[in-house]
Amino acid sequence: MAVRNLLQAIHDALEEEMRADETVLILGEDVGRAGGVFRVTEGLQEEFGPDRALDTPLAESLIVGSAIGLSVNGMRPVAEIQFADFIPPAFDQIVSEAARFYYRSNGAWNVPITIRAPYGVVPGGALYHSQSVEAYFCNTPGLKVVAPTFPKEAKGLLKSAIRDPNPVLFFEHKRCYRLLKEDVPEEDYTVPIGEAKIHREGEDITVVAYGLVLHTALEVAKKLSEEHGIEAEVVEPLTLYPLDRETILASARKTGKFLAISEANITGSVTAEMAALVAREAFEWLDAPVMRLGAPDIPAAAFARPMMDAFVPDAARIESAMLELARY
Amino acid sequence: MEKTRTRHEALGLDEGDLIRMYRAMLLARRTDERMWILNRQGRAAFVISCQGHEAAQVGAAYNMRPGYDYLYPYYRDFAMTTVLGQSARDHLLSLLGKKEDPNSAGRQMPGHFSSRELRIVTASAPVGVQYPQAVGSALAFKLRGEDGVVLVSGGEGSTSEGDWHEAMNFAGVRRLPVVFLVQNNAYAISVPEELQVAGSIAKRAEGYGFPGVAVDGNDVLAVYEVAKEAFGRARRGEGPTLIEAKTYRLTAHSSDDDDRRYREREEIERWRQKDPILRFERYLFEVGVLDEEKKEEISAQIKAEIDEAVEYAEAAPFAEPEEALERVYAEA
Repeated sequence: MAVRNLLQAIHDALEEEMRADETVLILGEDVGRAGGVFRVTEGLQEEFGPDRALDTPLAESLIVGSAIGLSVNGMRPVAEIQFADFIPPAFDQIVSEAARFYYRSNGAWNVPITIRAPYGVVPGGALYHSQSVEAYFCNTPGLKVVAPTFPKEAKGLLKSAIRDPNPVLFFEHKRCYRLLKEDVPEEDYTVPIGEAKIHREGEDITVVAYGLVLHTALEVAKKLSEEHGIEAEVVEPLTLYPLDRETILASARKTGKFLAISEANITGSVTAEMAALVAREAFEWLDAPVMRLGAPDIPAAAFARPMMDAFVPDAARIESAMLELARY
Repeated sequence: MEKTRTRHEALGLDEGDLIRMYRAMLLARRTDERMWILNRQGRAAFVISCQGHEAAQVGAAYNMRPGYDYLYPYYRDFAMTTVLGQSARDHLLSLLGKKEDPNSAGRQMPGHFSSRELRIVTASAPVGVQYPQAVGSALAFKLRGEDGVVLVSGGEGSTSEGDWHEAMNFAGVRRLPVVFLVQNNAYAISVPEELQVAGSIAKRAEGYGFPGVAVDGNDVLAVYEVAKEAFGRARRGEGPTLIEAKTYRLTAHSSDDDDRRYREREEIERWRQKDPILRFERYLFEVGVLDEEKKEEISAQIKAEIDEAVEYAEAAPFAEPEEALERVYAEA
């Protein structure tokens, strides 16, 4: 075991996959010589050369489009979008192209690409370095969307994404990059796409969350247990599309009380899909209305700290929601 | 006195090559014409045409090694896919959306070509998206040190898209083995070239650091010549080339378009005088590769092939409705 943070775990997965498979390469703006603006790809160009840690022109549609072309000609590219906020120019290549190649060719052409995109609110990030754009892609059959929060799952999921024969979007919460360290296995392992993880068992309420708010939810769950004897079951979806419906439903049926949290704009977010699922498939087990927490429907987190803090559901709001649900 | 070499001999083409090129052009034209008849009879829902583009397409694609080099076509590249090996039957199955349609098994509209075996990469309807993909495939060839070439094609309207410029730039930066073929047919649906294209398409290549050449797109040997040079450069590791083949779309944009709203009949008639197939026929007669008898023979063979293809495709089954739910994700 090695003690690694999220950023290091992602770096390790890239390095190990590039060592194991010479068709794996990374491409994007600043990924090579600079090692990425967050240093995720640091050292990879030194080890694998400028062709496999490839600095591209600043052109997101090109980065994803050329990754598609690389993949259909025998390569396994990992394309980096420097910030998830910059993904819209590549939207057409992801949603209209990569997602549909396999279906529209009746299974002749598949697109084994991974698209890494750092997302989420960070101080100073403001409107264009803080967005949670995952919901745009969770309405697109043909794509897989994953968003791990902890180092261990991130490493295994990135390996799965790179080995997957389909396009996978891999969202990394920037504020989680260096938030905590944990033991991460050094031997080769994968975490399957499409399976949620139960981080904390509980009987009273179910909380599903990912990204920074998952960390907050886990802290609040511990506090509620200690102070109120309320036991929350905390579930991380890991894969946002397609969702692990079974795990989410089993937990909702077990506790009868369901709360989904993300820091994306609340309307139309991934938590809405979870809420609809639970309302339809676990209705008879529910003892309270399905609840959700998210960011207000404003364009993004603001630059000034007090306004930024109002954007992401914080510990106080999460605690209040969990208590309300438990006491319903 | 030594006989003067003909144009095709100078290009390294023999009589067999000429007949194959002519046959591909004529098969594409006649099949295309039949598709319009089927559409007007209510037997086919949608047609998009290659008429007028046959020389540009066959001249360029005849340089490809089918099944090795990659083609990223656009929806008019009917004659191009024909020269690579797709048959009249393939095209009719696609037109009617049948299960055996090799492009998509009835999932896509006609004109969205695909063949893994022939390395024709599945095509889209949004314009210009193929260019970044094509340069990616060219990069893969280059990274592996292989001499594969990627041919990517589109109309002049697609050069207005950011994707075209992004791909041209990357191809120039990395000196990728890719040939950009722009079939400038003077209209992007109804918008004429003068409202679509500022300056010269061919000259834009200079700004991206590689050669661009404008060519008479109705002269199959002229297109073959510039494409041969472009493929040679790519295979030798000398990087990309842009070819602007100036041609004309003889039909409306599609069977759903009425081009009388935006262009004069006289203009089309002027271009019909420059029909690339008639022009190539004249050449073949001049050099003695074709005579009336041989022409009739080829024409009759093609008609029989199309008749058979229509009959076969109309009788062929559709995919089952449930198959619409399948093959969303590839299995590991």
